[in-house]
Amino acid sequence: MTRIIERHPAWALVILIAIALLLWLVFVVWPPGLEDAIGKKKVFLNAIFNGITLGGLYFLVASGFTLIFGLMRNVNLAHGSLYLFGGYVGYAISAWTGSWILSFIVAFLAVALVGVVLQLVVFRRMEGQDLRQTMVTIGLSIVFADLMLWVFGGDFYQIQTPAWLVGPIELPLVTAVKSSGEAVYLLYPRVRLLIFAASVVIGVAMWLALNRTRVGMMVRAGVDDREILAATGVNIQLVFVVVFALGAGLAGIAGVVGGTFQSISPGEDIRFLLASLVVVIVGGMGSIPGAALGALIIGLAEQLGSVYIPTYAIVVTFLIMVLVLALRPQGLMARR
Amino acid sequence: MLKSCAGLVALSSLLLSGVAVAQEKIKVGVTATLEGTYTVLGEDGIRGFQTALNNFGKKIGDKELEFVIASTDATPDSAVRAVRKLIEQDKVQILLSPLSGDEGIAVKNFAKTHPELTFVNAASGAQETTYVDPAPNFFRYNMDGAQWQVGLGKYAFETKGYRKIATVGEDYSFIYTQVFGLVLEFCGAGGQVTNRQWVPLGTKDFASVIAALPDDVDAIYLGLGGADAVNFLNQYQQAGGKAHLMGGSIMVDQTILSAKGNAKNAMIGTIAASGQGDSWDDPAWQKFVKDYQDAFPPNKRFPSPSLLATNYYDSTMALILALRQVNGDLSNNQAKLKDALAKIEIDAPNGKIKLDQNRQAIGTNFVTEVVDDGKGALFSKVVKVIPNVNQTLGYDPAVFAKIGLPSRTVPECKKY
Repeated sequence: MTRIIERHPAWALVILIAIALLLWLVFVVWPPGLEDAIGKKKVFLNAIFNGITLGGLYFLVASGFTLIFGLMRNVNLAHGSLYLFGGYVGYAISAWTGSWILSFIVAFLAVALVGVVLQLVVFRRMEGQDLRQTMVTIGLSIVFADLMLWVFGGDFYQIQTPAWLVGPIELPLVTAVKSSGEAVYLLYPRVRLLIFAASVVIGVAMWLALNRTRVGMMVRAGVDDREILAATGVNIQLVFVVVFALGAGLAGIAGVVGGTFQSISPGEDIRFLLASLVVVIVGGMGSIPGAALGALIIGLAEQLGSVYIPTYAIVVTFLIMVLVLALRPQGLMARR
Repeated sequence: MLKSCAGLVALSSLLLSGVAVAQEKIKVGVTATLEGTYTVLGEDGIRGFQTALNNFGKKIGDKELEFVIASTDATPDSAVRAVRKLIEQDKVQILLSPLSGDEGIAVKNFAKTHPELTFVNAASGAQETTYVDPAPNFFRYNMDGAQWQVGLGKYAFETKGYRKIATVGEDYSFIYTQVFGLVLEFCGAGGQVTNRQWVPLGTKDFASVIAALPDDVDAIYLGLGGADAVNFLNQYQQAGGKAHLMGGSIMVDQTILSAKGNAKNAMIGTIAASGQGDSWDDPAWQKFVKDYQDAFPPNKRFPSPSLLATNYYDSTMALILALRQVNGDLSNNQAKLKDALAKIEIDAPNGKIKLDQNRQAIGTNFVTEVVDDGKGALFSKVVKVIPNVNQTLGYDPAVFAKIGLPSRTVPECKKY
């Protein structure tokens, strides 16, 4: 951190001012002039929170994607299908048992299993052949999409939010002050806060697992040089399978999350594949902190865009991607 | 003798079957949104189409209808691609297409490049399709989005007492047309529309849109459809939304009212207007509902046909009846068929339909309110039936032309 400030003092200053301004916008009751200029504080705060929670969902999908890419150099274009499959499994379980928590566990296990099968049956046979793997995953994603359309139809499904999560919660952030002097606090959907908290926990757990455990050490070593790692006697195929299962399982969990606060339907697979591609391109292929940063940026851009420049909201995401590709093609957090 | 007799029988039966095989076919291309946000709408449209075939059959004199179905995703280019494929590869002679508003404008323009063929609109409802520079070979037997809102503005203002409303709608031609019809009538009655929000078709995350809804209005009008509407309602429930709602024609529709989950319960009490009302007691409507229910098992259909099923049914019905009138004669660039289509009046399940000089439907409109049937299923209860709704909504054509074409900001909220 200090090194960055030393190397780019001007940029660091700009970023610090931006953060200070943002904090001021979040915590201070807006003066009337500001409300006239850019609308209500409630709308702004909601957009910020929604952007962060949406970023949490994108992170869940993209972290698995980037983990698999980082270790195996395999661009798994069937990752969106894993997301959608997780959503359908989660829906089936929650409709059948009525348990929301159980649907996460089952979706994780089921999709992780699909990941293991994919790795053992498909990817292991074409190790090191990037183009062939990419083509095969495109083919698989089309086959999976049609199979799921066959089984689940074109309908959209929503996973029932448990009763204790329905409705809003009052946050200790003042959005306005009534003429009587009474403060109006921000109301925010409970389920989105929980989902955000969960993705932070998962992100931190992943970081700890990668940086503080033996398996994590192997994975990191594999990212740097898998031949040498294999030569030291580590069963690299086993590491591959574990990582693939974890990445796929995360996509499955993300499917349940997406099915809870949005909905799942055919076509969602492509949408989330595209989102994870944009996220990892912005954040840097193969980097977990990069996926987190990319997801946050894309989520915020989508939500702030949809509020303040609704007509061009779709463009903003891709503009960011283009800018990153032009100025820092390896991604914001990638190591050189 | 016996042998030659048997031989003769065999020969004649061979000839007969030869005749049967050579029976002339009339090829009809159908498009529906079987992909994307409006998948469910397209699927139910096809159910309506099937119901029409069950009722009217495929025989036109000694010819037989043959159908080719193509899928679109509600974007204009997907519709043109599908229509072009049907014409160039499948060699269809007649088109029953398309489903969605923007598709309709594109297909109408495309129809001009094939003046020899006949295009029957399946369900699309943008005003521009038949109002601006209509194609002579494009026929629309459903009303447009503005006609489908007739009655809603007055009902909201007079009966419900709403004075200020805001609208949220998908950002494309059909919803512009719906909001056009609503604003014209509501503001004409003295109401105010304070805010119009537009979201891209296929929006998944409505949280910020919901947060931006004004809270100083009496009701919020929702012009959403398909997956967008379900996503909106789900997130609206999670955000604890409590406002009075008003709905567009594909928002208060079985495609949404039968969605899984309980977020749709926010719709109970919502007032809306559409080209149909689920509970209408007219015998022809009841018969259509029963035909639809009998044609498909309960888990493969909605409890009652959606607006899309009805539109596809009506269009198919008009086409088959007109083809019968001319005995399937498609000679001379289908001139006789086009003539018959322009003149035909059909007794559709949702009221009598005839076409105006732009080949646009004049029909019956319904103001409805969403109620729970007591078993957890929602349906739209008819509160008012308005016959003979034309495209200029009863305005003098010269006055109507001055209002301008439906868009994000047209019409202004005032009395015209």
